[in-house]
Amino acid sequence: MTESPSTKPANGDVCQRVKNGLKPERNGLAKSLYRCHEKKSKHHGQPEEEEVNATSHHGLPYSRPFVESYEQTPMLPAVFTYMSYGILTIFGYLRDFLRYWKIERCNIAGEKEEQRDFVPLYQDFENFYTRNIYIRIRDNWNRPLCGVPGATMDLLERTSPDYNWTFVQSGRVLQDVINLGSYNYLGFAENKGSCADAAAEITKKYGVGVASTRQELGNLDRHEELEKLVARFLGVESAMSFGMGFATNSMNIPALSGKGCLLLSDELNHASLVLGARLSGSTIRVFKHNNMQSLEKLLREAIVHGQPRTRRPWKKILIVVEGIYSMEGSIVRLPEMIALKKRYKAYLYLDEAHSIGALGPRGRGVVDYFGLDPCDVDVMMGTFTKSFGAAGGYIAGKRELIEYLRSHSHSAVYASSMSPPVVEQIITSMKCIMGEDGTTIEGKHYREVKTPPPPRAAPLRCCDRVHQLAKNAVYFRRKLQKMGFIIYGNEDSPVVPMMLYMPAKIAAFSREMLKRNIGVVGVGFPATPIIESRARFCISAAHTKDVLDRALSVISEVGDLVNLKYSRQKTQPSVARSFDDNVFEDIDD
Amino acid sequence: MASGQQWVLVEMVQAFYEAPAYHLILEGILILWIIRLLFSKTYKLHDTFKLTEKEKEDLIEEWQPEPLVPLVSKDHPSLNYDVVTGPPTHKIIINGKECINFASFNFLGLLDNERVKQKALASLKKYGVGTCGPRGFYGTFDVHLELESRLANFMKTEEAIIYSYGFATIASAIPAYAKRGDIIFVDEAACFAIQKGLQASRSFIKYFKHNDMEDLERMLKEQELEDHKNPRKARVTRKFIVVEGLYINTADICPLPQLVKMKYRYKVRIFLEESMSFGVLGEHGRGVTEHFGVNIDDIDLISANMENALASIGGFCCGRSFVIDHQRLSGQGYCFSASLPPMLAAAAIEALNIMEEDPDIFTVLREKCKHVYKALQGTPGLKIVGVPCAPALHLQLERSSGSRESDMRLLRSIVEYCMDRGVALTLARYLEKEERFLPSPSLRVVVTIEHTEEDIQKAVSCVQEAASSLLK
Repeated sequence: MTESPSTKPANGDVCQRVKNGLKPERNGLAKSLYRCHEKKSKHHGQPEEEEVNATSHHGLPYSRPFVESYEQTPMLPAVFTYMSYGILTIFGYLRDFLRYWKIERCNIAGEKEEQRDFVPLYQDFENFYTRNIYIRIRDNWNRPLCGVPGATMDLLERTSPDYNWTFVQSGRVLQDVINLGSYNYLGFAENKGSCADAAAEITKKYGVGVASTRQELGNLDRHEELEKLVARFLGVESAMSFGMGFATNSMNIPALSGKGCLLLSDELNHASLVLGARLSGSTIRVFKHNNMQSLEKLLREAIVHGQPRTRRPWKKILIVVEGIYSMEGSIVRLPEMIALKKRYKAYLYLDEAHSIGALGPRGRGVVDYFGLDPCDVDVMMGTFTKSFGAAGGYIAGKRELIEYLRSHSHSAVYASSMSPPVVEQIITSMKCIMGEDGTTIEGKHYREVKTPPPPRAAPLRCCDRVHQLAKNAVYFRRKLQKMGFIIYGNEDSPVVPMMLYMPAKIAAFSREMLKRNIGVVGVGFPATPIIESRARFCISAAHTKDVLDRALSVISEVGDLVNLKYSRQKTQPSVARSFDDNVFEDIDD
Repeated sequence: MASGQQWVLVEMVQAFYEAPAYHLILEGILILWIIRLLFSKTYKLHDTFKLTEKEKEDLIEEWQPEPLVPLVSKDHPSLNYDVVTGPPTHKIIINGKECINFASFNFLGLLDNERVKQKALASLKKYGVGTCGPRGFYGTFDVHLELESRLANFMKTEEAIIYSYGFATIASAIPAYAKRGDIIFVDEAACFAIQKGLQASRSFIKYFKHNDMEDLERMLKEQELEDHKNPRKARVTRKFIVVEGLYINTADICPLPQLVKMKYRYKVRIFLEESMSFGVLGEHGRGVTEHFGVNIDDIDLISANMENALASIGGFCCGRSFVIDHQRLSGQGYCFSASLPPMLAAAAIEALNIMEEDPDIFTVLREKCKHVYKALQGTPGLKIVGVPCAPALHLQLERSSGSRESDMRLLRSIVEYCMDRGVALTLARYLEKEERFLPSPSLRVVVTIEHTEEDIQKAVSCVQEAASSLLK
């Protein structure tokens, strides 16, 4: 229910992208740029909508296959989904009626007696969804942990005596629940090891707080070191760190863009980007998700027509996109995006919240994944919450950009700086990815790998976690696809959304999985379009093959039980992926 | 009469039949012409000209955007930060020089408290550093739940909710309730986080003069009249007053009892931001409600950060469940952000323990504040802004030297003078172009319970020396 790409109805800026279950065309290249590009696998009559950019063509922007699939919602589940929302709404009204006449006991906290004649704090319809639909399946979110959110986790058992209105902790602990929900991509959520030790050391020395802002007296030497490291890690001139990932977006976009500027935002951008765009006071236009034609059309129109009414030319145009979209599992079409931005002299703001550390052969995010030059992206933003197992965010780019932010960012002037142990966790984990501390995760290799590791693996030992994640992601996705589930997103993305469609199935799937000791995340409206409820798995480098196999067999079992194998796609996507890494073939079956 | 009219109608129909064809056609054309005139635009828009592809290409070719960011001059006052080596506690090493810290908001000196550190370490051993998820998706830890219930108990409210960033707390809380069309009455001196929250809410904002209850009442009365005129609209227009307990920009206390009276008289809800007053004011450190003896249930929402008195990171909101629970799905900074690292929550819990065990620290702190206030009075060329019990005082120039820039330069030279002599003060920093009402330039003096008599003596004499030698 949380962490949505802000398709809440309240956010007027973001339009709903799906009508009647039909997807708008997801992909597409800017035709004027790449006429030589070839659409390969558009099978007629097949529900699968999939595109591959072949590698062999000369001058193509992609150095590797780019496979993203979005199987169309089958008719029957779509109809049933609408029906189930209809039934839920009718029952909602019925129960509201019963509550109104005090026939059913009302569990909702009420307004204070003296304030009954105030204007109501909430509009009645505002909470209809929460009161009548969300509350029924509320037990699937906010499950409390009592340990490390690693590959497995310990959950506190909760029961509800009153159908999810309140929860009581039974005192028992569900131990070793397989964690498919946390954004622990590289497995740095650990309470032992070099990161935790370094953080402990710094806690002893510095304490946990800072109690001042960066511009006043909250600029510790640790912060400066972190920023130098981030810049080196990303291969850019300079970087700046902030205490919260969400605020990195919402407090810095207003510093970069203002009145008379145009923001072109992907329709599925995260709420923080939407909020930042709104706070900036710029004009916001939304393009279809990852659709380059839509983006190019907007760019052309913007430059040709200028600002509305006055016709003044735009001061600047900033394209705002994410690296990996957390609800779709899609990867931004960065090569085309960069070509477009160069052609139209726009600037590119890339939010790598989910992709930094999790993509690319060296873990440098989506730029590394496509083998591009990081200097082509004007603003590199990312968070430390996910891959680095810490908290906060950064912005990196040219020296001028960072100098400007250091003097004009809202965060630098008004918000407390990052906690020293958190900084230390990031420094240590980042160095580990860069191979500068010499550690690798031991004992987490696949036991089943029979072939000797490929020769290339030797110099890349430092990146073990990155490789492990890449393998795990591909393995997990392929297996699920084979089982007949509908999986969204890019083949290489560690975010794996699996379609459930019906709201009741979110609860059914999640509860059944938890019964079998696996923790998953279910997402429904308003985080997704109304009929596209889904389960989202986040794959981690800390997952061993054994853990993944156990999870897969349980998913298959529950999938049969709840009837989730919707896919009508007969064959595997037979995309010849030219991996130099033969481990993939090995684990693929 | 009626028969006469009938006759006219019949005659009209007859005339219609008898009229020649060309006449009817002409009339028909005239009618169509009138319709056309009615519906056509009176002027021609220029955009009926279609641009050719070539022209479009030329336009695209010609367009030159501004640079992404303007160039910052190398000597921009806020470009080069002071570097603090080691912990920013009572003694702080700034750019290699050890100073007594009169700048960090570490009011209760809990930042390097051994007990707090131990609890944080124990939590680190158990949970690691990050939570790797928002509260909804396996980012809720038992420590978060514990901290929330502890905060609610401490503040004597029904419920509390924690955020992972102090700034985001009030900035998310306001837009969770106030929407487009609502009206918010705000004090002019409200801090930047509040301003951003107001902006995100897209409500109608009315600023009243700082701590001026008459001005507020005048606005409320105006609004009441307005509501009488349009009761339908008034029934759905929520009204809020947003104030700070102890203003960070002016070090003043808001007149809460009057505000509460006005709340019930005009049916407006009160949101109170207590980042500066939480853990400072009141017998038990509960903030401005305790300071005035106001029933906390009369305040709809209290928000504070845990970065000042609690010396951790993050913020919280507390109040009645009816109000607070709404944020669990609507507070953007709560839903969409990773949760607070457990060790920071554990540190905050231990800091709360210390505050509960020994409420005397608040008295000690207030005494020290009053002492510093008294000692700084009569500094030549500088005036103290704020109330005597405020732990973060502002020193402003008595007479402006002409421009903001030169004022800032003067104040900065005082800061440098003091820093050379081992006393760390700071300029209050603002984004000058972004603030709604830019506060006058000032020095900030932060008092903590760790300051000894000698420290205070030294700081005061430093400031006085600096002022008398630099301000003529």
